[in-house]
Amino acid sequence: MSEASPAKAYTLHLGVIALLFVLSFLLPEYYHGLLARIMVLAVFAMGYNMLFGYVGLLSLGHAMFFAAGLYGAGLAVIQLGWNVPLAFLGGIACGAVLALGIGLLALRTTGVAFMIVTMMFAQVFYLLILYFATWTGGDQGMVVPQPARVLSFGATALELTNPTVRYMTALALFSIVLLVTLAIVRSRYGRVLVAIRENEERTKMLGYDTFSNKLAAVVISGTICAASGAAYALLFGYVGSSFASVQYSILPLLWVLLGGAATTLGPLIGTLFMYYVIDITSGYTSAYLLIVGIALILLVLFFPKGILGSVRQRWLGWLP
Amino acid sequence: MHFGPHLLLAALEGLVTSAVLALTALGLSLVFGVMRVVNVAHGEFFMLGAVLAWAITTAIGGHPALGFLAALVIAPLIVGALALVAERLVLRRLNYNPEATIVATIGMLYIIQQLALTFYGPEARPVEPPFSYRILLPWFGYSGYKLSVIAASALLLLATWLVLTRTKIGLVMRATQYDSETAQAFGIPVGRVYGGVFALGAMLAAIAAVLIVPISQAHYLMGQDPLLLSFIVVIIGGLGSLRGTVVAAVLIGMSDGIISMFFSPTLAKIIATLLVAMVLVFRPQGLFGTASR
Repeated sequence: MSEASPAKAYTLHLGVIALLFVLSFLLPEYYHGLLARIMVLAVFAMGYNMLFGYVGLLSLGHAMFFAAGLYGAGLAVIQLGWNVPLAFLGGIACGAVLALGIGLLALRTTGVAFMIVTMMFAQVFYLLILYFATWTGGDQGMVVPQPARVLSFGATALELTNPTVRYMTALALFSIVLLVTLAIVRSRYGRVLVAIRENEERTKMLGYDTFSNKLAAVVISGTICAASGAAYALLFGYVGSSFASVQYSILPLLWVLLGGAATTLGPLIGTLFMYYVIDITSGYTSAYLLIVGIALILLVLFFPKGILGSVRQRWLGWLP
Repeated sequence: MHFGPHLLLAALEGLVTSAVLALTALGLSLVFGVMRVVNVAHGEFFMLGAVLAWAITTAIGGHPALGFLAALVIAPLIVGALALVAERLVLRRLNYNPEATIVATIGMLYIIQQLALTFYGPEARPVEPPFSYRILLPWFGYSGYKLSVIAASALLLLATWLVLTRTKIGLVMRATQYDSETAQAFGIPVGRVYGGVFALGAMLAAIAAVLIVPISQAHYLMGQDPLLLSFIVVIIGGLGSLRGTVVAAVLIGMSDGIISMFFSPTLAKIIATLLVAMVLVFRPQGLFGTASR
């Protein structure tokens, strides 16, 4: 993360966005749909990376922020009849408020206790979704009706069920979040977060209020994850409690570890890679959890820096 | 049935839950106390014990007591050996780094669960209890086997306590728990102690599972609830404290039995999990634990 290369970093990121844009016209239909989904989930991973990669706080409960966005947006459309942009903002707001509350409580703990506390809050959130089944649909989940999934600007209406619109919306969200995280990471505030990760006591001694900096990071991270969840509900039309389960707290951790923690493009690479591995192996076996398990163990044992982390260490020191 | 006998029944059921929970949680607590790592795959060792108990009793056949006794010995040994291998191959290489260990044991959780699904299948399968004697109380008959589970668990807890406080092995374990570096300097093979404790923790979970499997069936997802409940027990009892673990297990088991008989089980779980999270936030040393070092 050297100072000298802002142009290089921005060129690389804009290049990735341009590549994803061009791919939209080249990919066959199946992979086109898959990539749209991967971009939305990569946003989830980027939100997770914000906290895990840059602040070094390992949460095992991020599924609740994703689910807050998912249910916030989904319920707003289904139960309240809000339009798409409003529901999207509603979902994000739910995630931000939840993240603020959870952050205020969970940040009183550190290390292993933080991991367990976040896992327990996520479990409570998951059980609440099951408990209030009359509104949330319980473990059956809900389908967001197709006619409601329309973005209208004056006279023109864009149907989110259309593959191209869906892909471009996902890409737009992905690009905004990618550039925002890049800007945050390169800012003064980003440096403070990394300083907290490296040595919290010393950062405190230098006069930084580490608690409120960490709290802000939890809120930013939760908000980004909620944006991903809200987009998922509106683009793919399904809101289900399985997205709030422990498994969806583990998956972003896996994606970030694989792609490289504390790298801006790592979450995309990790999500992409893991999705394709599962996609390819599902032809041979249905045991995809086995692959997730083996990948987790191999990563922490032999490859703790992930793909981009290793690349940065060996060749490209300037990689953000 | 009147309220009194109803409550007695709920309390007895709660006591059976507590007995099994205390054993499982003790395993988790020992591993955390001595090694300072959290084993997320603990519930899967529990599940493995139950699944192996089914496999062993089916393979042996004959009188149910014969197969059950064989399972009670063999299943924990297999699970213990497996845990030892996992400890040598993975945890040791991670240097027992707390966060890396959690991620690695999550990996183990998925691997064990998926293998159980592949080889054992998604069905829940029963194991016959070794004897089917019913004790007749004035209001209802109660399974004698369930009462013997409580007794067996109490005996095992007592035995573990004696080993920990009265033997050389226990002394070595406590020394490692208190200060592993000094223990190493005094010639205690800390690496071997860690391996042994990890295996012992898994074996306790497996024994608990063999005891419970004649009451509730063996299923590949059965490790999830014991894991969460063990976490709750270990946190409330104070991480690494044996007495606290037992007291908390009885407290949680009883209240779980009684609350879910009168209220919705989901609501009971929500309240319990939320309370425990709050305990961890505001009283990290647990309700009965001493302040952490």
